[in-house]
Amino acid sequence: MPLLNEKGLQEEIWRELEDHEPIPLEGDVIVPQARLEEALAAPRTGRTGVALPNTIEAETLQPLFNRLSLITVEFPGFGDGRGFSIAKRLRGLGWRGELWADGRVIADQLAYLRACGFDSARIPEDLFARQPLEDWLAAAKTISAAYQTEERAPGVASILEQRKAARAARG
Amino acid sequence: MYRYDEFDQRFVEERVAQFRDQARRRLSGALTEEEFRPLRLMNGLYLQLHAYMLRVAIPYGTLSSAQMRKLADISERHDRGYGHFTTRQNIQYNWIKLEETADILAELASVQMHAIQTSGNCIRNVTSDPFAGAAADEFEDPRPTGELIRQWSSLHPEFSFLPRKFKIAVTGSPNDRAAVKAHDIGLRMIRNEDGDLGYEVIVGGGLGRTPMIGKVIRGFLPKAELLPYLEAVMRVYNLHGRRDNKYKARIKILVHEMGEEPFRKEVEREYARLDVESLAAPAEEVERIQAYFAPPALENLPEESKAFERARTADPDFRIWAETNLHPHRAPGYTSVVISLKPVGGAPGDATAEQMRVAAEAADLWAFGELRVTHEQNLVLAHVKKDDLYPLYRKLAGAGLDSANRGLVTDIIACPGLDYCALATARSIPIAQRLTERFADPKRQRDIGPLSIKISGCINACGHHHIGHIGILGLDKAGAEFYQLTLGGDPTETAAIGERAGAGFSAEGVVDAIERLVDRYLEIREPSETFLQTYRRTGAESFKDALYAEAG
Repeated sequence: MPLLNEKGLQEEIWRELEDHEPIPLEGDVIVPQARLEEALAAPRTGRTGVALPNTIEAETLQPLFNRLSLITVEFPGFGDGRGFSIAKRLRGLGWRGELWADGRVIADQLAYLRACGFDSARIPEDLFARQPLEDWLAAAKTISAAYQTEERAPGVASILEQRKAARAARG
Repeated sequence: MYRYDEFDQRFVEERVAQFRDQARRRLSGALTEEEFRPLRLMNGLYLQLHAYMLRVAIPYGTLSSAQMRKLADISERHDRGYGHFTTRQNIQYNWIKLEETADILAELASVQMHAIQTSGNCIRNVTSDPFAGAAADEFEDPRPTGELIRQWSSLHPEFSFLPRKFKIAVTGSPNDRAAVKAHDIGLRMIRNEDGDLGYEVIVGGGLGRTPMIGKVIRGFLPKAELLPYLEAVMRVYNLHGRRDNKYKARIKILVHEMGEEPFRKEVEREYARLDVESLAAPAEEVERIQAYFAPPALENLPEESKAFERARTADPDFRIWAETNLHPHRAPGYTSVVISLKPVGGAPGDATAEQMRVAAEAADLWAFGELRVTHEQNLVLAHVKKDDLYPLYRKLAGAGLDSANRGLVTDIIACPGLDYCALATARSIPIAQRLTERFADPKRQRDIGPLSIKISGCINACGHHHIGHIGILGLDKAGAEFYQLTLGGDPTETAAIGERAGAGFSAEGVVDAIERLVDRYLEIREPSETFLQTYRRTGAESFKDALYAEAG
């Protein structure tokens, strides 16, 4: 499934664990939350990522942060915005690793996803066929500056800071 | 009033370009209708029964005469020559073409207006007291808070795909004219014992299928902490609000199901996690916004105006109008003026392009070029010299804007109903029209006194029937419209949800039923008692008796 952000398509180096597949000892794998303990207990050499449902209490994952390299948050549909708040919470709790939005998000949401702390979106093939990369790249920069103080996507300026700079320039 | 700087201006212009591109991608098939729907809704474009409806934001109900003229132009160029002012202090156009929408948004942007977040599951246009900055009983102007929230909530990355719509109202007066207890979040500006300014935060009010009065979840929130605290409330709602059933998705249901105390704790827990400093609006930004709302240059005038007194004696119609349609201003010699959009036989809240222009001209001549929209679907000129009232009145009268009925039985709130709306189960406007005809006699209206009738054409309650002194809810019963009555509702600081009176009435019978209620009130009221006071004193029984006696 295509993984992308405003810089373009991202390399797919992670493998998602198949149902009932034994935990592999090598390679970077994404495991469902239900099998996370099992994966972390295994003598693995590769990196571990976890796929979270959007009903997760982010705090429950905090003790495991230093043993994880990737977190993906499920978006069952683009209208279900819980993932935005989960990303904000994970970042607030100190998660500095990779964070993906996983599911049927649309191009017009990329800047919001980035502002909330996601690095990339992983979307289904059929959606990518309809909304090709250029739609995502264009949508990410249609609004060049935002009012919010804290959350902004890369490349999106802060209106408050621009105002401050304009005031300073006027003396 | 607030004026855009270059950054606000660029923001709305980019938003127009974004919508243009979204509409293009809808046509190309890149966006499905399901995907396009929330995007157009968040630009105010809503599919109704016969056409698209465009809802334009009028933040906290304040607009300039130039903006009003633009609204008039748009109604002629893109609609049928009129617009509909709504209970959320916005304006709606009911006959819009999808392919013209981006151009309309561009025209709005040219006068510092937009339609951002007037629909959709996001934070909606903030509403407030229509007499803000003028009312004698106000101690703090709520509009700077409204503007701060407008900017913070615009295209908020985290809160644009909420479980359901989200409405915030602010009042700066102890007399609540913004119905804050009937909003998802209501903010009452208050001072604590140390004299510091802050907010009482009320959460979980709302009307719709499950009407509820909001609960105070923070008795005093320091002013500077507003945005971080709102963020905490919104995050708890976004994470925990129900998404399995759209009729149970508003925050009032979350507060109700969690319980008031657990909800409060959850918000405070979230709040404790936040970096309050970095989320709070910078002090210089708050001051910048505040400066736009400095009072206009009012003259030092005596309280009494000789010109006003003379005109009042000479013209009885003017005297009647002045008795009902003025609101006390804090400065001697000034008053606020309510321009009623409720003529006998009219559709409540509708104004023609010509009427909008006359209101704009009156604002330019006598009210510092500024207008307000009220949630009762009228207009207000906030700062008018009493000396100027008579020429103002004459001008309004020339355009049919002189109905002397503010707060009276014919000052009816009504949703668009089945004449326009795809959700409606019954018509609202014709009921309002027949009621105003029935109670047209000005003397009778004034004898009845303050009485608000509010009509919704379906259970979603856009006409606020739950908080009308008399509420009318239009339903469909086996293919025929019928109307349920509620009694004793109140949108103010003494907020109450109206109680169901009993079995409903047919479209033919409902006007007679209301008249029986009014007549009963006149029979049993004590001297100088309003309808609501009588209802509260006597209870529902005598009114129910009036409604249903003859049926028995």
